Amino acid sequence: MENLREQFSEAIKQAAARRRPVRIRGFGSKDFYGGVPRGEVLDTTRYTGVVDYAPEELVITARAGTPLAEIEAVLAEKNQMLPFEPPHFGPRATLGGCIAAGLSGPRRPYAGAVRDFVLGVLLMDGRGDVLRFGGQVMKNVAGYDVSRLVTGALGTLGLILEISLKVLPRPAAEITLQMEMDATAALIAMNRWAGEPLPISATCYHDHVLTVRLSGAQAAVRAAQVRLGGQVLAAGEAFWRGIREHSANFFRDARPLWRISLPSTRSLDLPGKQLLEWGGALRWVFTDADTATVRAAAQAAGGHATLFRATRKQGPVFSPLPAPLLALHKRVKQAFDPHGIFNPGRMYDEF
Amino acid sequence: MKSDRIHKRLREILPPGALLTEREDVAPYETDGLTAFRRLPMAVAIPETEEQVRQILRACYEEGVPVVARGSGTGLSGGALPHESGVLLSLARFNRILHVDPLARIARVEPGVPNLAISEAVAPFGLYYAPDPSSQIACSIGGNVAENSGGVHCLKYGLTVHNILALRVLTIEGEVLEIGSEALDAPGYDFLALLTGSEGMLGVITQVTVKLLPKPERAQVIMAGFDDVKKAGAAVGAIIAAGIVPAGLEMMDKLAIHAAEDFVHAGYPLDVEAILLCELDGTEAEVEEEMEKVRGVLAAAGATRLRVAQDEAQRLRLWAGRKAAFPAVGRISPDYYCMDGTIPRKRLPEVLARIAALSREYGLAVANVFHAGDGNLHPLILYDANKPGELARAEAFGGRILEACVEAGGTITGEHGVGVEKIDQMCVQFRSKELLLFHAIKQAWDVRGLLNPGKAVPTLNRCAEFGAMHVHGGQLKFPDIPRF
Ligand SMILES: Cc1cc2nc3c(=O)[nH]c(=O)nc-3n(C[C@H](O)[C@H](O)[C@H](O)COP(=O)(O)OP(=O)(O)OC[C@H]3O[C@@H](n4cnc5c(N)ncnc54)[C@H](O)[C@@H]3O)c2cc1C
Ligand SMILES: Cc1cc2nc3c(=O)[nH]c(=O)nc-3n(C[C@H](O)[C@H](O)[C@H](O)COP(=O)(O)OP(=O)(O)OC[C@H]3O[C@@H](n4cnc5c(N)ncnc54)[C@H](O)[C@@H]3O)c2cc1C
Repeated sequence: MENLREQFSEAIKQAAARRRPVRIRGFGSKDFYGGVPRGEVLDTTRYTGVVDYAPEELVITARAGTPLAEIEAVLAEKNQMLPFEPPHFGPRATLGGCIAAGLSGPRRPYAGAVRDFVLGVLLMDGRGDVLRFGGQVMKNVAGYDVSRLVTGALGTLGLILEISLKVLPRPAAEITLQMEMDATAALIAMNRWAGEPLPISATCYHDHVLTVRLSGAQAAVRAAQVRLGGQVLAAGEAFWRGIREHSANFFRDARPLWRISLPSTRSLDLPGKQLLEWGGALRWVFTDADTATVRAAAQAAGGHATLFRATRKQGPVFSPLPAPLLALHKRVKQAFDPHGIFNPGRMYDEF
Repeated sequence: MKSDRIHKRLREILPPGALLTEREDVAPYETDGLTAFRRLPMAVAIPETEEQVRQILRACYEEGVPVVARGSGTGLSGGALPHESGVLLSLARFNRILHVDPLARIARVEPGVPNLAISEAVAPFGLYYAPDPSSQIACSIGGNVAENSGGVHCLKYGLTVHNILALRVLTIEGEVLEIGSEALDAPGYDFLALLTGSEGMLGVITQVTVKLLPKPERAQVIMAGFDDVKKAGAAVGAIIAAGIVPAGLEMMDKLAIHAAEDFVHAGYPLDVEAILLCELDGTEAEVEEEMEKVRGVLAAAGATRLRVAQDEAQRLRLWAGRKAAFPAVGRISPDYYCMDGTIPRKRLPEVLARIAALSREYGLAVANVFHAGDGNLHPLILYDANKPGELARAEAFGGRILEACVEAGGTITGEHGVGVEKIDQMCVQFRSKELLLFHAIKQAWDVRGLLNPGKAVPTLNRCAEFGAMHVHGGQLKFPDIPRF
C-alpha cells in the first residue's frame, strides 16, 4: 500500500508539473454523475483494506478503494451498519467514491448524511503530499473541518486515501408499512410524524402510496405500528433497496432524471413524474422540461436541482452558485489543488 | 493615528452608545470564559442591524483593522479574547428568534440568541434544539456554531454541525453569503461544515437556521458506582457494544463525586472510585426495554451500586450533581483550570493513569468529569492563582494532558476550541503541511488575515519556537509564513 501511495503521489506531481487533469476513479460506477470526467485516470481500486475497526468505539477506518460491500459485511458481523445507507449500484462501488460523491440513502433525514458520520480523512493534495485531518474520535474541533469539506466535493479537492467513519448498532427490529393517500396528505403526514417521537427511519411516496419504515427497539417499533396503522409490506427490505439503488420500477424511464432537494414541506410543480423521499425533502423527477424550467421550480420551492442522470447533459449539472460563493469555491479549491488538476469540470465548469 | 480614523468611521456607522472606546467601557470585554487571558480592545462595537455589521467589516477591511466577533463570551479557550489594536464586534443585540416552522421543524434565529432560549421558544410545539452545552443558559447560538459546541446529548444527537441547516455569513469584505439551505443539502462544497467550529476566523455569522427534534416521550437515568475507574471505563464500552446508544453517558471520579455531593446532595455514593450516569430516552416501552439491558450490562461490568431514577425529580437530582460539578470543584479550590481533550474510549484507563501521574509530578490535584460516551475528557486542575507560579504550573500540566490525548490517538479539543489556549498544542496534533493548508483556507476567506488573528491556527514559526515542529536543515520550509 505504501508503494501505491508513492505511485499516486508521483502521478499527481507529474500532472501538476504539466498542468494535466487527473480523474480520480474508484470502480467508475458513478461516471454518469456530475460533469463529464476528463483527464488521466487515477485508479484507487487496488488501494484497499479495513485499517482499523473497533466495534465498541463505533468507528471504522478503511482505505478508499475498499468496496462498500466489504465494509458493510465487516460491520454486519458485529451487528453494526453505515447509518447513512449509501447507494451501491453493483458489488464493487468503493468507499472513496461513496464519500467523494457524498450521496446518502433513505435513512438520511432520520439518521444523518454521509458527512455527518465522517470523522477523519487521510488526503493527498494537489502537490502529492499526504495530510491527515480529523481522527477516530467523535468530538474534535482542532483546526478547520477538512474531512467534511472533502466529503461530497467529487474528488475536486484531493485524493481521499483513508476514511474514518462513525458507525451505529443495527436496529433490533424493523418493519415497513404502506398506506394510501394523496400527495398533499402524505407531505403533511410525513412532516407531522417527524415532529413526534416515532422511530421512523425512511419514507417514500409515489403513486398514491406512502411507505414508511420503522426501526428501533422492538417495543418502540410495535407501538409506532399501532399509532400509524397501514399494511405491513413483507418485502420491506427489497423495497428500500429498490429506492436506494434506483432499481425500482419508477426509475425505468428514458427521460432525464432530476434530483431535487428542497424544504420538506413544500410542493414542487413540474410536469413529468415524481417520487418523494426523505420525508418530502428529496424529489426524484423524470421530466422533459428544460433545465431553466426545472431550476426555476426548484428555486421557487426553496431548493436546488441536480441533473442526476441524462443521455445528453445541457448546461451545468449542479445548480449554479451565486458569484461571491463561486469565487470562494475557486479560492478554496486552489488552496488544496493549486494547479487545478483534480477532476476539473466534474462539479462546476469554472474549477 | 489609525485608531482615530477607525473610531471616526465607526461613529458614522453606529448610533450613539453602540461604540465603546473608553477604557472603563471596554474593560468588561477584556476576557471571555478563560479569564487567565485578558486584553483590552481598541474599541467595542455593538451593532443592531446586519447593515451596520456589513459597514463595520468593510471599514475594518479597508483600514486593515482586526475584528474579533463575540457572542456571550462564555468561550473557554480565549476565542473571543480581544485584539489590542482591533475592534471587538459584539453580536449581543442580535437576539431575536426570527421564524419558527413547527411542521418543518426548523427555526431561524439571530446569532446572539442563547442556546436554551431556542428550546424554550419551541417547547409549546413539543420540539427542542438538541445540542446542550452546560453553558446553554448563557452561550449564544452564534458562539455554538463558531465552536461546534456539544453537550451531554452529543453521543446520540450529534454536535452543532449535525443540528444546523443554514447560515447567513458576512465576509470581512462585507459580502453576504447564504450557506446551506432549508433543504437537507446545498450545491457546492460543504461550507456549512467548514464554518462550524472555525472560531470566528472565516466570517461573521448573522443568522442561523437550526433543526428541531421532537421531545422524547420519556427519559430515564441510571447511576452506577464502581470501585475502580477502569471498570467504569470498560462498562462504557460494554453498553455500546450491546447495541445501545444512550442519550447521555457521563462519568465522574472520586474527587468530583465528593465535591458535587457536598454541594448539591445529589445522592451519590461516597465509597466508590467512579460513577457513571447513563440516560436513555425514547418511547415509554423503548426506554423500559433498554433500561433492563443496561442494568444487566452494568451489573456484569462490576458495578457495586446501581440506582434507577424512580421519577422525574430523582432523575433531575442525579443530573444536578453532574451539571454542578464545575462550580462544586470551584468550592473546594480557589481556582481550577478546565481542560478539554478527546480520546478513543478504550484508552480511558491508561490516559487516566497518565493524568494521575502528571498530577503527582506537578503537585496539583485533578478532578475528572467527562462525557464518557464520546471520550471527551474534562480534567479540572485545581490551583491557587495567589500562589506564585501555580497558574503557570497548571497551564503546563494542562498542556501535557492534551499531549497525552494526542498520543492516545485523540485530539486536543473536543468542544472548547483552540482559541489562544491550545495554540501550541496544535503543533503537536498537526504537522506543518496540515497547518499550511489551514492557513491557505483562512486566506481564501480572509485574504488580509483580519478576522480573529492569532487564534486557532498557529504560525509555523510559533510551532518551531514551541519545539514541536520538524525543522529541516535548521530552516523552516516556508519562512515567509508569519504574514498569517
Ligand atoms: C448506473 C448507476 C447508477 C447510480 N445511481 C445512483 C443513484 O441514483 N443515486 C446514488 O446515490 N448513487 C448512484 N450511483 C451510486 C454510486 O455507485 C455510489 O455512490 C458509489 O459509492 C460510487 O463509488 P465508485 O467507487 O464507483 O465511484 P466512482 O464513480 O469511481 O467515483 C465517484 C466520484 O468520486 C471521486 N472519487 C472516487 N474515489 C475517490 C477518492 N479516493 N478520492 C477522491 N475522490 C474520489 C471520483 O473522481 C468521482 O468524482 C450509481 C451508480 C451506477 C453505476
Ligand atoms: C460553565 C461553562 C460550561 C461550558 N460547557 C460547555 C459544554 O458543555 N460544551 C461546550 O461545547 N462548550 C461549553 N462551554 C464553552 C462555551 O460556552 C461554548 O464554547 C460556547 O459555544 C461559546 O458561546 P459564546 O456565545 O459565549 O461565544 P464567545 O465566547 O463569545 O465566542 C466564542 C468564539 O466564537 C466566535 N463567535 C461568536 N459569535 C460569533 C458569530 N456570530 N460569528 C462568528 N464568530 C463568532 C468568537 O470570535 C470566538 O472565537 C462552557 C462554558 C462555560 C463557561
